[in-house]
Amino acid sequence: MSGAMHAFANPARFLRIARPLTGWLGWGGLLLIALGLGAGLFVAPPDYLQGDSVRIMYVHVPAAWLGMAGWGGIAAASLMQLVWRHQLAALAARAIALPGAVFTFVCLVTGSLWGRPTWGTYWEWDGRMTSMLVLLFLYIGYIALADADRQRGGDGRISAVFGLVGAINLPIIHYSVLWWRTLHQGQSIGLGGSTISGSMLWPLLVSALGFSLLFGAIVLMRMRAALARNRIEARLRRMAQ
Amino acid sequence: MSHWPFIIGAYALTFGATGLLAWWSFAAMRRSEAEAETLRDGR
Repeated sequence: MSGAMHAFANPARFLRIARPLTGWLGWGGLLLIALGLGAGLFVAPPDYLQGDSVRIMYVHVPAAWLGMAGWGGIAAASLMQLVWRHQLAALAARAIALPGAVFTFVCLVTGSLWGRPTWGTYWEWDGRMTSMLVLLFLYIGYIALADADRQRGGDGRISAVFGLVGAINLPIIHYSVLWWRTLHQGQSIGLGGSTISGSMLWPLLVSALGFSLLFGAIVLMRMRAALARNRIEARLRRMAQ
Repeated sequence: MSHWPFIIGAYALTFGATGLLAWWSFAAMRRSEAEAETLRDGR
């Protein structure tokens, strides 16, 4: 496992795998999103309590999952960067930050749009919503810090430490619905099973898988762009000498 | 209260944000890789 990780950290080997993988993840993701959301909108039944507003779940839950998984990815890559000094890990963490922030923003706004017809309010300072908002601010802080560090020619260790420390918010988000029983509903899907009906669950899982694959493709595209920019800068420096 | 304006708003935001992000990432990747290839070939 460790050997494979070190081998993958080689940029040339990474590009050999990433080039074909980008298309597979991207097109596969789009196909599954179309299937999951099509079924969520037109096939799945309305909820007996929430009515049709439950259809927002098919975009809101994948966005929430990716907002949290994105920071999990940043923390894992930051750890690899700090322990093994893998520069590809630093590049991966920076590539994840913007898509993670976008999906966290989508999660907050779609949740707000779900809340209005369901709870009668767009926003409440509830534990889950507040900790997701904190996650968005962490993403914005990380992006600003990583950009500033890169412009000053830093090695990215400051943003890696920030990425690791920020991961403390992930269990807070996850357990917020248990610690503070306020407005947001409790956990519906866990390792032990789900309380969601099968007719609503499968479009949700397909949609979540589709968005996850597309997220992976976007991260790979951003990593490939950053590696190409590094090659351009190195080439220009050699030409200037 | 009809729920559909909220549903349409949520899906429109998701499609818009995801589509824009994917397209921007794809365009940046193609541009950077093409520029790197051009420099490498010395054209």
